[in-house]
Amino acid sequence: MKRLLWAASVALGLGLAQPFTVKDARGQTVTVRSIERIVSLNGVTTEILFALGVGDRVVGRDTSSYYPAAANKLPTVGYQFQLNAEGILALKPTLVLGREDAKPPQVFDQLAAAGVTVVRVPDKPTLEGAKEKIRTIAAAVGQVERGEALVRALERDLLVLRSKQRQATVKKTLKGLFLYLRGTQVTYVCGEGSNPVGMMELAGIANAAKGIKDCQQMTAEAVVAAQPDLIVVFTKGLESIGGLEGLRKLPGVMQTPAGQAGRVVAIDDLYLGGFGPRAGRAALELFIGAYERQGLYIAGEPAQP
Amino acid sequence: MTRLHLPPTSRYRRALLALALALPAALLLAAGIGAYFIPPLEIPRILWEKADQAYAVLVSIRLPRVVLAAAVGALLALAGAVLQGLFRNPLADPGLIGVTSGAGLGAALFIILLPGAGALQAFALPLMAFVGGLLTTLLVWRLASSEGRVQVLTLLLAGIALNAAAGALIGLLISRATDEQLRSLTFWTLGGYGGATWPTLLAMVPTGLVALGGLLRLARPLNALVLGEREAFHLGVNLEPFKRRAVALSALAVGTAVAAAGGVGFIGLVAPHLFRLLAGPDHRYLLPGAALLGASLSLLADLVARTAVAPAELPVGVVTSLLGAPFFIWLLLRHKREVAR
Repeated sequence: MKRLLWAASVALGLGLAQPFTVKDARGQTVTVRSIERIVSLNGVTTEILFALGVGDRVVGRDTSSYYPAAANKLPTVGYQFQLNAEGILALKPTLVLGREDAKPPQVFDQLAAAGVTVVRVPDKPTLEGAKEKIRTIAAAVGQVERGEALVRALERDLLVLRSKQRQATVKKTLKGLFLYLRGTQVTYVCGEGSNPVGMMELAGIANAAKGIKDCQQMTAEAVVAAQPDLIVVFTKGLESIGGLEGLRKLPGVMQTPAGQAGRVVAIDDLYLGGFGPRAGRAALELFIGAYERQGLYIAGEPAQP
Repeated sequence: MTRLHLPPTSRYRRALLALALALPAALLLAAGIGAYFIPPLEIPRILWEKADQAYAVLVSIRLPRVVLAAAVGALLALAGAVLQGLFRNPLADPGLIGVTSGAGLGAALFIILLPGAGALQAFALPLMAFVGGLLTTLLVWRLASSEGRVQVLTLLLAGIALNAAAGALIGLLISRATDEQLRSLTFWTLGGYGGATWPTLLAMVPTGLVALGGLLRLARPLNALVLGEREAFHLGVNLEPFKRRAVALSALAVGTAVAAAGGVGFIGLVAPHLFRLLAGPDHRYLLPGAALLGASLSLLADLVARTAVAPAELPVGVVTSLLGAPFFIWLLLRHKREVAR
């Protein structure tokens, strides 16, 4: 009798979802047995899951998952670098997806030990990285076709960008500086290897922060020496210091061409730094803000958490 | 009963004169060097002609930062000297009366519980830190006073207890913070002069000047206190008002410094000791001497902080401890016998 029940439940499980196989960020092949209950530990991952049409299977998210709006209704399991395995397991997930560098690092092992399938999603700040990310998640949830459609849409967005770049009247490549603003006391700048700078390069804007790796404190004098033509900020960061006026009051900003001209692009952080399905459109927005507009340009698609 | 063996006045005068000359030299050095290269010999011409970018960098970035570093260094060192005298304890530092941790708690509360503060943050956050620092000190004072009298030892213990409580609350808030909030909290715990602008400095002027002027006038009662409270009383020091003034003015000095530059460590503890090793313990010279020395130390530490890893920068608190500690140890080894005086 017991055996019969067990066989029946296995058959039922297989009926709901075939096992899918996927190569995760570590290059290991993971077998996904069920996508009945998905927990996503990263903002872009959540965005991609919804774009693939499996948003209704997502039962939990991290705090950085605020797009699309429907994701905000889901319970959160905390911040992706301060996770708690037990809180995730309480949602009874069958599949957990997250960035390879989620913290604490043991969390994935703890989940796997509890019998949950874990897929580590790669995260590289390049166009190829965005495609890889979409394809990995698509394979994990058995939506390879829809994944390819997303990749094609991404490529179309980029074609629009490239043709705009070819028609551009401004021939000079602008230098952009990404400021990570949190209050007026410290100037954090993101440089080589960071997502915002990867996005700027995709949009044809040169990186003005030479010698800065990832996001670091930069002296105001070095900001002046970098002479950016354009400043890129997160929309929320700009709000945190009181908008364009507050930005111009930061030490060093007024001594740059960008500060003088007030040439600033504000863009939502998941949109700019996610390198997901909207990467092409975000790059296009950056391009428009930098090359086709003067002054402050606030990029669209604001996601309200 | 200890007797004061004061070194000859000439030694104090020499030390004060040397420090008074060292401060302008440090100011010039710090104003002449930075991540943005300006040839030092060109500076007079640049200031005269007011023309190019170098002028803007000098006047609106480097100079406010240099002035802030000097002012914060002086305030912390002076408060440290006064508190060491009040507690008659060489380990007293400005953090002891709870200002620094209180300011950190005020800032942490603001950053983590009011994430949508927006434009308010620019001035409300330092204000919140300032208020948090003063309130914590007031609480320490209240805890330590009974029937209008304050025992210095109780004050010390109350300070330790409240520092621990504030530290625990900050820790609790940190555990709830996101990456972004953590980064802005780091500033309040390690300190830095990167946010210096002329308006920041102007905001410091009233409280800073009151604290400086008031603290410098405490030299005589502090000298009397060296002999002990009863002897100071017989020498005509009105003890309770004096203690209240010393603690309140120190809190004002440290609160002003922390609100503008976060918790820069080590200077307040070490500058007074350095002066004692250079000259001697007489508070009439120690107070101005420690202030001058603190200003120079802070300037040089900031110079290293903003040039060593340019274009990035180091937290200045890290530099003060990294440079200060070995130097301090060297001095200790040289003057082992004098320290115990």
